[in-house]
Formats: sequence, structure tokens, C-alpha cells
Amino acid sequence: MSLDLPLIFGILMGAAVLAYVVLDGYDLGVGMLMPAASAAEQDVMVASIGPFWDANETWLVLGVGILLIAFPAAHGYILGALYLPVAAMLVGLMLRGVAFELRVKAVGWHAELWNWLFWFGSFLAAFSQGFMLGRYLTAFLPGWGYTLFSLTVGAALCGGYVLLGAAWLILRTEGALQQKAVGWTKWGLAWVALGVALVSLGTPMVSEIVYARWFDFPRTLALMVLPVATLVTWLWVWRSLGRSEWKPFAGAVAIFVLAFIGLAYSVFPYVVPGWLTLWEAAAHPSALKVTLAGALIVLPFLVGYTAFAYRVFRGKAKAGLYH
Amino acid sequence: MDAGDALSLARAQFGLNIAFHILFPAINIALAWYLIGFRVKYARTQDARWLATYRLWVKIFALTFAMGVVSGITMSFQFGTNWPGYMLKVGNIAGPLLGYEVLTAFFLEATFLGVLLFGMERVSARVHIVSAVMVAVGTTLSAFWILALNSWMQTPAGHVMDGDALIAGSWLEVIFNPSFPYRFAHMMLASGLTASFLVAGLSAWRLLRDAADEGALKTLRAGALVAALLAPLQVFVGDLHGLNTLEHQPAKIAAVEAIWKTQKGVPLVLFAVPNELAGRNDYALEVPKLASLVLRHDFDAELQGLDAFAPDHPPVAPVFFSFRLMVGVGLLMLALAWLGAWRLRKGAPPRWLLWCFAGMTFSGWIATLAGWIVTEMGRQPWLVQGILRTEDAAGRVAEASLGASFTGYLLVYGVMLLAYMVVLTRMAGEGAKA
Repeated sequence: MSLDLPLIFGILMGAAVLAYVVLDGYDLGVGMLMPAASAAEQDVMVASIGPFWDANETWLVLGVGILLIAFPAAHGYILGALYLPVAAMLVGLMLRGVAFELRVKAVGWHAELWNWLFWFGSFLAAFSQGFMLGRYLTAFLPGWGYTLFSLTVGAALCGGYVLLGAAWLILRTEGALQQKAVGWTKWGLAWVALGVALVSLGTPMVSEIVYARWFDFPRTLALMVLPVATLVTWLWVWRSLGRSEWKPFAGAVAIFVLAFIGLAYSVFPYVVPGWLTLWEAAAHPSALKVTLAGALIVLPFLVGYTAFAYRVFRGKAKAGLYH
Repeated sequence: MDAGDALSLARAQFGLNIAFHILFPAINIALAWYLIGFRVKYARTQDARWLATYRLWVKIFALTFAMGVVSGITMSFQFGTNWPGYMLKVGNIAGPLLGYEVLTAFFLEATFLGVLLFGMERVSARVHIVSAVMVAVGTTLSAFWILALNSWMQTPAGHVMDGDALIAGSWLEVIFNPSFPYRFAHMMLASGLTASFLVAGLSAWRLLRDAADEGALKTLRAGALVAALLAPLQVFVGDLHGLNTLEHQPAKIAAVEAIWKTQKGVPLVLFAVPNELAGRNDYALEVPKLASLVLRHDFDAELQGLDAFAPDHPPVAPVFFSFRLMVGVGLLMLALAWLGAWRLRKGAPPRWLLWCFAGMTFSGWIATLAGWIVTEMGRQPWLVQGILRTEDAAGRVAEASLGASFTGYLLVYGVMLLAYMVVLTRMAGEGAKA
């Protein structure tokens, strides 16, 4: 039996990126919401993501790692074309990661500075990621229209992360902070609605490939399932606000999954839009096989101990457990 | 655009990144094993001082880990952006090794670190200790895979050609390539020493501020004792590593010893200023025939000089000086560790000894970085010895982008490193609190 290894790795990479976006998305979102909270609330918010953020960021390394291992030609091409936004994202993630540790260890105005850098780093990382997605969808073409589109995707992703972060806080906090988080979730939902609408309308305009994939009757009718499902989920989240603790987060994750499926459908089978397919960019089968064998052995353990960690830290977050 | 400048910038940027990154794993690979020790001590004795010690050092570990994670993410991007030719040529070998590092080590460390930091009241002591072991296994596995890859780049083995690129013929030979056991042992010991001097140094700093802190005295003793055991072992392993390098990468040894011409009865150069243009050493202070004796165990043995590899020999001065810096700092660490371990047997340590340890807190960093410069610069002009030249692996990122991002990284790294050292010193100075 011969396996379609490039396809398998394409799916694995997509899964890793989706896992990253959802997982680091909620903790970046919590970071972006910091200025809206009081100092005491900020400590609870940070405590709610404390046990998880290191592992969440590791999904980014896995996603980029699969791109590097399985599609080396695409890795160099994509990340070379995205060099500056990647650098900006990395600086954001660095500031944020270090600020996370230092905001409680520093004193006086230093602590305030790190607190601010935690917000700024979260925002910079989120915005850069959206901008990179925009550049990717427009096949890295130069021009003001494309740049404007990428900036819009950057802003939309920030809204998505705020939604995830706020819904996470509904799940993991209680009392006044939870009430505030309900309000933030509404803002996040509005922001996401605007962002998804703009990006969905803009993408077929800036990319011929995407246009051809979506506007091909009668397939278009079947594809309408995706935006309809997104709209239904959006309404479901809105209605569940104030009534359920877990539904907003589950719904926010579902919106991300739906958007991801739409994007994946838009670019498949390309790994570099319009230029390299998964099969053209793939590494040698021997390298893919040995990596896949390792992944199949390790992934069940990984899922197992990740589930264990979420089980250990179930329930409401409290400030000061660690410090 | 001048291709040479872009290459230098790409190298400088990657060099900066990798040098910054290694500082933190160099501490944490071994500090993870210290954490197990502190945690188990507390479980056995139920002594609040060990709990306080554990809490202090797990915070230091977490901060160090965060620094390592964020600078490590950067590297996963730069492999492809700065060195696309590297992945095209040897990606089928480098890729899976990096993949195994992510899969087996990174998630393990990151997930169980969460339990270590925040889970003490939520899990049993047994599960908590197992979590500490998982973190240590993770850091060690991470070192295993990355050193397998680095060693393969120094002494490639187990590969076959497939068109223009390489693929693995035997993964066992790729992983356990000729220099791997030596380099792995050398790096693990380097981490052990770096962590030990950090533990001893910060504890000494605490004792200088409060001589009555018994917890700090315990950790000072632990650090000094472990260092005293590891330091001579490192001298031994380092020597074996050198002989292995002589066998597989003689050009590196010629640069280390600044031997310009192939000759018999080669003197050991204690100090000199290597003159690359004239191909000789200026102001040389030499011991006759000693290099031949050290490297070949024979006064009159012949050693290959740099002329044997012309024009492809590594730059001599940085390799030569870095090697002497590494050995010098290493010997200083050995001397202080032994002196400290002996002096600390009896009661309160004198202040001068505490100052010595405090001053040497970050000495492991200097020795480790110097050692890495020797091994990486000593491999030049090759990126993968005999297979891929560094200049052929560099990318086509515009110089302006490289310049801008280089400045950004430099700034951020500078701030991060300063903040890290200040916060560590302050946390340790305030002492462990239960």
C-alpha cells in the first residue's frame, strides 16, 4: 500500500496550525484584553493562561516545523517572502513571553512596563499573523490593494483572538470579571463579523485562484454551507452569552474551524498559492516516512498528557497560585 | 546588492540568534535535574526550606524556559529563511531530526512545566515529582536530537545521494555519527557546570546579603559539590572530543592550535596573535613539541597544518582565541569548584569565597559560547563538513530586511538578557520564600 505522504503531511500541518491558532489564540486574546481590566483582574487573567501558554506556542513550532521538514522548498519561499512580518511576530511573541514572567517579578514602574509590553507583544504577534495570512492568500504580490487586504486580515484576526480570549475568560473566571468577559465577547463577535465579512468578500477579489474555486456553479451552492454554518454558530454564541459558560468558547472555536476549512479549501492543493503544490514541494519520501512513524508513536502520548494538564487545571482560575 | 554583505548579515543574524538561544538551554538542561533533587528532598524531609528552595528555582527555571522558547521559535523560522540551501541539500536528514525534537521533547517539557509551576496543590507529590522527571527527560531529549543534528553536520555519516540532495541510508548511523557521543557528553557536562555555577553563584549572592540563610548554604554546597565532580570529568571528555575532532576534522584542530604548516614535533602555542595574511603567529609563546605529544602522544609526530587544507581552512584567530577562552574559564571553574567544595565542608564560608562564586555565576555561559564558536567557526567554510559550503546555503533575503530585523533582534535580545540577569540576581538576593 502506498501512502500519499505529501497529502498526509499537508493535513497534519493544517491540523497543527489550526491547533496553534485556537490555543495560542485564546491566550493572545487574553493578552490583548489586559488594558480593559483592573490590576487584580489582570492577575486572574494571566493565571488562567499560565499553565498552558508555553505548550500552546509549541504548536507554532510544530506547524512551522512540518512546513520545514515536509515542504522545505515552500518553507524557504513563504518565510522568505514574509521575512519582516515574521520578524515582527517573533519580536511580539518574545516580548510577550518574557513579559509574562517578568510582570510579576519586576517591581515599580518596571512591572508596569512589562505589563504594557505583555499587551503590546500579544497585539503585535496577533496582527502580524493575520497580516502574514493576507500576504499568503494574495500570493505575496506587491501593490497597495494587496497590502490593504493584508492589513484587514491582520485586524480581523485580532478580533478573532479577542473573541477566543474573552470566551475563554467566561469559561475560566467568575464574578465581576466573568461579567466583563461577556461584554468583551460581544465586542469580539461584532469585530469578527465585520472582519470575516470583509475578508470573505475581499479574498475572491484579490486572488483568481480563490475566485475560481468558490464561484463555479453549481458547486457554489454546496459551498454556501460554510458561510451559513458560520452565521448560525455566530448567532448561537450570541444567544448563549450570559446563559452558558462553555458555549461561547465552543462556538468561538467552531467559528475558527469553519473559517479554517474555508481557507484550506481556497488554497488546496497549493502550499505556495499559485506556485507550488503539496506534491511539488514535498521532501523525499524517506524523510517523510521516518517523521510520520515518529509522529504516529508520539502524538497519542502528546494528546494524552495535554488532556491530563487541562484536567489538572480544570475549574476557575485564581490569582497567586504560583507567585 | 553585494551578495557577500547579505551573507555576512545572514550569518551574523543567525549567529546572534543561536548564541542568544543556547544560553538558556545551557542552564535548563541540567537545572531540570536539580529541580528533581530539590523536589525530592522536600518530599523526603518535609523541610520548609527545601520547599522554598524548590519554589525559587522552579521560578528561575520557568523564566529561563520562556527565554529559551521564544528565542527557539525564532530559530525554527530562520532555518528556512536564512539558509534555504541548507534545507534543499540536507533537509531530508535535518528535517526529521528537528521534527523528533519538537515531537518528543518540546511538548513534553512545556506541558509538564505547567504542572510543575502551578500544580503543586492540585496533584499528589508523586505525580508532581513525575512531572519534574518528565521536564528533565524533555530537556535532555531536546539536547539529544539537536546535538545529533549538529554532530552530523560536523561528521556526516549514514547518508546517500539522491539526485542533488541527500537522504538517510541508515538513521542509526546518521544519529550516532562519529562525533555525536563526544559532543553530547561534552554539552551535557557543560550544562551541568553552567547550572551548578548558577546555583552556587546565586546562593552565594544570597549569603552575602544574609549569612544566616541556611537554605542558600545548602544550595551553595550542592552547586559546588556537583561542579567539583563534573569539572574533572569535563576535562577528560573534552580531551576525547578533541582527539575525535583531530581524526575527523583536522582543519579545525589546526586552527585551534594555530599550526600553519604541516610539520613534525609541533610546539603547543600558549599565546600568539595569529596573522592570517602572513600565515604565521606573531608574538608567539610556545612549548616545543607539546602539541604533537598532546594530540598524538609522541613528541615527534607529524600534525597537519592549515596549509594542508588551503584555501579552505577556517578563520584562525576566532577559533584560536575562543578555544583558549573556553579552556581558561573551564580551568578557573575547576579550581573554584574544588576549592569551594573543600572549604565548604567546615561551617560558614568566608566572604571572599562567596564573592568568588557570585562573580562566577554566569561563567558557564562564557565557556559554553566560546566552545560553540570553536566548533562552528572551526567547521568553516563548510556548513555541513565536506558536503555543503556555508555560502551556498544562504538565502536571497534583501539586505534591507536583514538589516532591519537584525537591529530589531539585537535590541530585543539586549533588553531581554539584561532584564533576565537583573531579575535573577534580585530574586536570588531576596532569598527563597516558602
